[in-house]
Amino acid sequence: MKEQPVDSISLTIPAKPEYVGIVRLTLSGIANRMGFNYDDIEDLKLAVSEACTNAVDHAYTGGDGEIDICVRILEDRIEVEVVDRGNSFNVDDIEERTGPIRFEPSMNSLRERGLGIYLMKTLMDEVDIKGDNGVIVTMTKYLRKNEVELHVQSPASYPYR
Amino acid sequence: MNVLIKEKADAKNVVTIFVEGEVDVLTAPQLRGKLLPLCQNGTTIYVDLSKVEYIDSTGLGVLIGAYKAQRATAGRLILTGMNARLNRILRITGLHEIIEIEDQTQGDGNNEGTAC
Repeated sequence: MKEQPVDSISLTIPAKPEYVGIVRLTLSGIANRMGFNYDDIEDLKLAVSEACTNAVDHAYTGGDGEIDICVRILEDRIEVEVVDRGNSFNVDDIEERTGPIRFEPSMNSLRERGLGIYLMKTLMDEVDIKGDNGVIVTMTKYLRKNEVELHVQSPASYPYR
Repeated sequence: MNVLIKEKADAKNVVTIFVEGEVDVLTAPQLRGKLLPLCQNGTTIYVDLSKVEYIDSTGLGVLIGAYKAQRATAGRLILTGMNARLNRILRITGLHEIIEIEDQTQGDGNNEGTAC
């Protein structure tokens, strides 16, 4: 079944630390409007921030660049694409180095970086990372409809006062 | 988007740092600049996160760096003022098993200190 996005919103920011917060604000506005709950909105903000942070940190070493964020609003989910046109990386390499942190006696192996992709994958329902001619991260989070419907959809079920 | 860090020498070799606002790729270097220099001489450092509205992997990276530095010098790093959101992120990343967490805000009185 083919379905068209209901609406889409695009945002282009300079690949600089000071603009990542703007992306969070925008996303929280969109997700709030769509009816996501507090925790899901916070997860979404964090996941998309991580993608932007990666782009800020790695994409344009020694030069200016931009990050495109495209948000697609669908009936049952939000899709966010974070695109840079900077340095690609080997996606398999990166994925090998992500995961939760485990206690290890040798403190050297305790990573200070590399949690970002793991967080993205844990907090979103679907994450796809393509590293070719820049990096494209596509993330999806579904609206948990059932919970909403319970409260909103059936006024008939409320006792009459 | 601000990180306010207040330092207070509670007792000998005990320092409390209050972090406020959003800790992200923009503000984490500020936190690192304040926190890491304290990580020496076996100091006990309380990091009060009760007013942190947001923290991402760059902020967690600073905490991991401080934890490593503290272990190297036989100091302690203790996180306090954890909310549900912070607990969730620390659990997901596995940090709750590594870094010491105290579920009480440390000393409420005279929290005067230098803001940055």
